[in-house]
Amino acid sequence: MKLKIKNGQVIDPASGEDQIRDLFIAHGAIIDPHKAGHEFSADSEIDATDQIVCPGLIDLQARLREPGEEHKASMQSELAAAIKGGITSVCVPPDTNPIIDTPAMVHMIRQRGRRLEKARVYPMGALTTGLRGETLTDMATLKEAGCTVLGNGDNIIENTLVMRRAMQYASTFNLSVFLTPLDHWLRGNGCVHEGEISTRLGLPAIPEAAEVVALARDLALIETTGVRAHITQISCARSVEKIREAKARGLNVTAAVSAHHLHLSEQDIGDFDTRYHVLPPLRSLSDRDALREGVSEGVIDAICSDHQPHGLDAKLAPFSESEPGIAGLETLLSLTLQLVLDGVISLPEAISRVTFNPACILGIDVGRLSPGAPADVCIFNPSLKRKINVGDFYSQGRNSPFDDSSLAGQVTAVIVAGKVVSI
Amino acid sequence: MPIEIKNSSSQPLQIDSGGRLLHFLAIEGLDRQRLLQLLDSAAQFISSDTNVRKSQGSLLAGHTVVNLFFEDSTRTRTTFEIAGKRLGASVINLNTSRLSTRKGETVLDTVRTLEAMDADIFVVRDNSSGTAHLIARHVPPHVHIINAGDGRHAHPTQAMLDMFTIRAHKGDISKLRFAIVGDILHSRVARSQIAALQILGAKEIRVVAPATLLPTEIERLGVTALTNIDEGLEDVDVIMMLRLQLERMEGQLIPSSQEYFRCYGLNQDRLNRAAPDAVVMHPGPMNRGLEIASDVADSDRSLVLSQVTNGIAVRMAIMAELAGMNKE
Repeated sequence: MKLKIKNGQVIDPASGEDQIRDLFIAHGAIIDPHKAGHEFSADSEIDATDQIVCPGLIDLQARLREPGEEHKASMQSELAAAIKGGITSVCVPPDTNPIIDTPAMVHMIRQRGRRLEKARVYPMGALTTGLRGETLTDMATLKEAGCTVLGNGDNIIENTLVMRRAMQYASTFNLSVFLTPLDHWLRGNGCVHEGEISTRLGLPAIPEAAEVVALARDLALIETTGVRAHITQISCARSVEKIREAKARGLNVTAAVSAHHLHLSEQDIGDFDTRYHVLPPLRSLSDRDALREGVSEGVIDAICSDHQPHGLDAKLAPFSESEPGIAGLETLLSLTLQLVLDGVISLPEAISRVTFNPACILGIDVGRLSPGAPADVCIFNPSLKRKINVGDFYSQGRNSPFDDSSLAGQVTAVIVAGKVVSI
Repeated sequence: MPIEIKNSSSQPLQIDSGGRLLHFLAIEGLDRQRLLQLLDSAAQFISSDTNVRKSQGSLLAGHTVVNLFFEDSTRTRTTFEIAGKRLGASVINLNTSRLSTRKGETVLDTVRTLEAMDADIFVVRDNSSGTAHLIARHVPPHVHIINAGDGRHAHPTQAMLDMFTIRAHKGDISKLRFAIVGDILHSRVARSQIAALQILGAKEIRVVAPATLLPTEIERLGVTALTNIDEGLEDVDVIMMLRLQLERMEGQLIPSSQEYFRCYGLNQDRLNRAAPDAVVMHPGPMNRGLEIASDVADSDRSLVLSQVTNGIAVRMAIMAELAGMNKE
């Protein structure tokens, strides 16, 4: 199967390339345009005039709900949703049911993903057995089964000694650890940012210190163990500062932010609109601006969807009893492009935050258009605005506050391993 | 250009496009004129003239009021019941624990079931903030919701009866200084009182509590926060005490009831710091010897019983307004 993508604006953050040219694909891999030359006889062609051709997006954090919560969504629906959003690789946190703490689970999820022939699935192995924060998983075995990174989902490891040992042991096998900093005690039963809105609405609050305290602890341990670590999500200005400082000190650490934290704030909650109930909570406008600044500076390396599809009932409850999360796969690209329209970053930088950078964080060889790389490609029209309608989502989760908003960026074709995947 | 977010709360829930009151969920979002109009209309319901009473007795005839209390309450539920009955409505009381609803039936299922029984007004109390709003967003237009307390968020009829009582005893609110004392953090009463006092133009609003019971950024609501009660009471005209729920304190928010009374209890000495004719209010039930000394609670400066009586009139006025039965 040989494919020629004609006349698109090829943006490849890995090489810094940004020019209009043809892209050649053969046998599942990107071909050097100089070598392809005139002899390249494509089996099919895609006209990408006036469109962007970039690596397929890589989402560092998406819950697919399978196995364990198939009433909310399935891998079939969610991986189709990923493709519709231009996402060709998805990293799945280990908090499925059963938990991804055995090689059997890793195999099962990978196999199921492969059979569906949509986006690639990268299961993240659990850092501790049952995510309980007590004993270490068989990390080397999980790596052998195909995990490139390990994490503990949203379940924080409270015991600092266990955390330290988990980091040391992971580093032994050159595994990265994914950490979600949130102090259990300070979080309490909170559901919104502690600030003006929690005070006005009388909702139990999560102070920013819940994140900053846990982050400071984790950074101290990352420094002493030398493990390669990734902070899955940060939500406030103080965390951006902490990461900036840690990077300046030479720590081997990266960080991501969810796309919605870059556009929304506590102010959007209005009269208890549960679509804005997310974890970590939406914080103040100045926190949002600091996160944008962090993305623009490169302190924050990647933008993820933090996709969490829910059934309708999950959000039809009093705010604090509703379930947190936004179905984000189908808006990740648009929300990232919006940062370009808002003047936060350039288009190639925006693309790097959802392609090459997350690929490096996951330690996988996709996310680039260099010759020989697996041909995962996203083609989209950057100027076409579309009205988001959750009713049109492929995801079974319709929980998006961006319903009815006009967003730029329409995905027109997606290629995984050299094959065009139907949208 | 930033994304235009379509927020479900961009259209107000409480008031329709013609300015009619659809629900009574929170003081925020209502204007001065409407608050004054409701207070004036409540005054009519307190008339001792039996002829007036009788003419009111049929205002809500044929209407059904459902007291839907997911959280225990005797006082508030009873005053709503009396208010509804005095207006001629059928009143049904439902005290259902949310524990049973959690087992399957959601809040909205419960409401829909009752709606099918032709209820016109739901009086809702729940221990989660936002429950009344949630219900209001999902009922058909002819059904009206009155928030009788949602979590820590709002207790707007309590605030209205407080405003009514203050006006009756102290006159124009814009000339008065207020101190709200106690567990501000968990208090829906305090939040609604602050909103009402703001809208009615109070001269000064202070909130007084230890730092553990003061919510973050409370100053953004237009109040002065103080941790010293002696300072807080200096020259105020109205002292609004809050009920302290000891069972919520976990020994961490306050160390003990003794220490709390020592530092924040309202006793005669402290009352003397306020303006000479200052009055004391409390939403009840009072914890004597915890937040308030008995002699203060029973003194002629205390408006506690007057608050209860006025509560019925204010709730009658709100029900009549929602049913569209108030005289123009």
